[in-house]
Amino acid sequence: MTLAEIVTQALEVIASLAAAPLFLGWITQCRAWLQNRRAPSIWLPYRGIRKLFYKDAVIANNASPLFRLAPYIVFGTMVVAAAIIPSMGTRLPLTKAADAIALVGLLATARVFMSLAAMDVGTAFGTLGARREMMVGFLAEPALLMIIFVASLISATTALPTITEHLATQSLALYPSLAFTAIAFTMVLLAENARIPIDNPATHLELTMIHEAMLLEYSARHLALMEWASALKLFNYACIGFALFIPWGVSTEAESPATLLASIPLLAAKLAAAGAVLALIETVSAKLRVFRAPEFLAIAFLLAVLGLLVHLLLGA
Amino acid sequence: LSTSPLNSCLALLALWCSIGLAGLLRPRSLVLVGRTLFPLGALCGAALAVVAAMSLATAPETAVLPIGLPDLPVHLRRDALTSFFLFLLGATSAGISIFAAGYFRRGEGALPGLLCLQYHVFLASMGFVLLADDAYAFMVAWETMALSSYFLVTTQHSIAEIRQAGFLYLLIAHVGAISILLAFGVMQGGSWQFTFDAMRGAHLAPHWATAAFLLALFGFGAKAGIVPLHVWLPEAHPAAPSPVSALMSGVMLKTAVYGMLRVSFDLLGHPQWWWGLLPLGFGLLSAFYGVVFAAVQTDMKRLLAYSSIENIGIIFTGLGLAIVFHGVGMSSLEALALIALLYHSLNHAFIKSLLFLGTGAVLHSTGERNLGRLGGLIHRMPWVAWLTLIGALAMAGLPPLNGFVSEWLLLQAFLFAHEVPRSFVNMLLPMGAALVAFAAALSCYVMVKFFGVIFLGQPREAALARAHDAGILKRIGLVWLALGCVALGLLPTFVIGALRIVSAQLSGAALANAAAPWWLLVPLSGRQASYSAVIFFLAVAAVVLFTMLAVRLVYHRRVRRSVPWDCGFGQLDPRMQDSAEGFGQPIRHIFEGFFGVERQLPSPFDRKPYYRVVVADRIWRTFYEPLSPLIQRGANAFAWLQQGRIAAYLLYSFITLVTLLALVL
Repeated sequence: MTLAEIVTQALEVIASLAAAPLFLGWITQCRAWLQNRRAPSIWLPYRGIRKLFYKDAVIANNASPLFRLAPYIVFGTMVVAAAIIPSMGTRLPLTKAADAIALVGLLATARVFMSLAAMDVGTAFGTLGARREMMVGFLAEPALLMIIFVASLISATTALPTITEHLATQSLALYPSLAFTAIAFTMVLLAENARIPIDNPATHLELTMIHEAMLLEYSARHLALMEWASALKLFNYACIGFALFIPWGVSTEAESPATLLASIPLLAAKLAAAGAVLALIETVSAKLRVFRAPEFLAIAFLLAVLGLLVHLLLGA
Repeated sequence: LSTSPLNSCLALLALWCSIGLAGLLRPRSLVLVGRTLFPLGALCGAALAVVAAMSLATAPETAVLPIGLPDLPVHLRRDALTSFFLFLLGATSAGISIFAAGYFRRGEGALPGLLCLQYHVFLASMGFVLLADDAYAFMVAWETMALSSYFLVTTQHSIAEIRQAGFLYLLIAHVGAISILLAFGVMQGGSWQFTFDAMRGAHLAPHWATAAFLLALFGFGAKAGIVPLHVWLPEAHPAAPSPVSALMSGVMLKTAVYGMLRVSFDLLGHPQWWWGLLPLGFGLLSAFYGVVFAAVQTDMKRLLAYSSIENIGIIFTGLGLAIVFHGVGMSSLEALALIALLYHSLNHAFIKSLLFLGTGAVLHSTGERNLGRLGGLIHRMPWVAWLTLIGALAMAGLPPLNGFVSEWLLLQAFLFAHEVPRSFVNMLLPMGAALVAFAAALSCYVMVKFFGVIFLGQPREAALARAHDAGILKRIGLVWLALGCVALGLLPTFVIGALRIVSAQLSGAALANAAAPWWLLVPLSGRQASYSAVIFFLAVAAVVLFTMLAVRLVYHRRVRRSVPWDCGFGQLDPRMQDSAEGFGQPIRHIFEGFFGVERQLPSPFDRKPYYRVVVADRIWRTFYEPLSPLIQRGANAFAWLQQGRIAAYLLYSFITLVTLLALVL
């Protein structure tokens, strides 16, 4: 563990924490443009989080300590996830401790705690949200694992930085199997981050919501942490996508401040493009009924399996 | 008597038997049985775990005890595999016994002293199953295990359903035992020597070896609860008292895993690669089937029973992989699969015992097994709730707890299996990995349902307000098992260091040893994958603590308590929460074709609306119901033998004798 590695690690965590709400704001802005609305300020998510931190927390009488602990755990897992995804450099000391499968486990931990917290007060909305979130989760998690397996089989490792290095250094090798998995991954990303067509982040209509239903009892600093964590989650998923499908430009050398610095604008450009694409997808698609969600995710899973078969059959 | 590990183990097993017998001295005395004998049994278990752990690396040793029939002494042997399973037995039962000390009380059905006898005989017989080195001793111990656990299952024998569940268990246990007996019969290979040594030396023709393997798979599969032989588990586990369910699910199922390992790697020697496809296929089927059914259960112990089927499925999947890798000569992957399956056995023993004991504490405190009548118990029973949460998270396979490590190892074995020189297996293995991933993800769902419905939310019944937390003995038992889950999760390198010895001694397979520090788990090579639970845990904990501190220092810590907001609805009622059926509804919907769902919906005009839904196991209709008339017909065909006249029976005896004499002479 050298100083350069620690610097890269710290830089990644800080950048993710700082940029995650911005990414969310950017998507909202793109969406507004595409829908011919006036866009809110791109800084709105920051203002929301800041405002929430200053408010008094109101907690239900029958909430257990689990309810108060959950936002910190969800936030903590998302920060650690940000630390082990190679978004800028691949020389990260923490990635030795957790490979891609552990990353999926980490995301599952956040989901479980969020669902448990939603069930804690015992409202109809909370349990409904928890149930739906777990439904989406148990369908999306195997799909995500299959996606990671395809990349793992191509690069013969489950360590995320090594996958990225392997894929980034073979500059012009295009894998058809990765094309299938990229589509699957986009679908999983939409589902896991409560975006259209699975959930609508802009609605509080009880019949359709998933993510918001779980957060209804939260307020103030707890809500701020939850919101920040979900922004981080979206950011993390985008970075997983970059690491697997467009890894070029990530700093792979150990002692090279120049490549690390060069990777920052590149990451920003990737995020800007990804945000615009996400906004476009969300604009042109309609929200699915909750019971269409399994079909949507089954397609994602089958696409990932197809990618795997393409890789195994054709070696491509 | 020298103090070799084998002798110490034997002494401890004998001590268990005598503790059981001591219960008969004053069978009605709870002070003697509950406060003295059960804690002694727990100490005995802990001692067994220590002896077994210390003896893991020592060379195999054998002993011959001159008991039993003349000329048929009992052969015993202790090697690394035995030591590992003895450790599992001792360590898990220590926690369960101390819990049981606080659990058994008056009105439990059978007398406390009788329960004590059956319980300790059950423990000792499991130990003898592991130590047995000839088929006679094995079968006697195996049957003792089945019978003593049958009596424990039917503790509350005044209830008809429990008698029925016990009968089903006994029936399947015996069908399995016959199959195991036949497997031993095949394995002696014409030498008529029933010691395991003779079986190791017997060179079976490939088709006989295959027959023996299939018989053993059927027999041990029946004990383990592999689909479609799993039907006894969801009946017997809810029927049995919770510590007994914990022992059966946590430890007894593992004796079947032990039996499979002993037969396929030790007694048969070199398993053929395609044998592995059977445990692999049935294991994956069981994992999928168990977890899907667990998600729709409304009885907390049935839910755990189905979850056990899932986990046994995962263990058998590992076994299948190990056999395939052995057959094609991929030694380091074979070692990885073996280690994953042994690790998962150990993890499941701790986790499932912890969860069953948690349900036991809830059951005792509320008298309720139905999830739909529980809720909010985290306020009334914080000890039980938080300790059960550890078990639930571990069962859900979340890092950094132990359930994750073994599933991670298994997925690694699947992922790096793509060089198996059989191309269609290569295609199938990633599908297997997909199924394991699916089962793991769905078990998250199951555990959120399990924990959330029992412990979170509002109490669904007024009577729950009187629930009380577990007593001190129960707490010790729960803490012991929860600590086991945490330790197995955080220190995987030490566990794997021990499991290496087992896999090396069992099949000669060794991991390609990558040099790694104690805190970093590197199964194959550092480039392929590494995992460090300690660093992982410390990182998350550091961020969580730092965030808490930062929020407190920078902002404020003001908190107001108020009624739940609930979107301003204001008339919140416990009935508005999801019931267990409600929480399982998406699963019922998605896998509709899978269940036999029978639904009775109320009409809008009903005065007393009545809603009833029964989710049935289709296996009864598709497998067992067609089977039973066949058996009936077969039995009828033989009914003419039963003449009811003494003369006829004497004639049978005579013919049998003559035939035997003709065979012998």
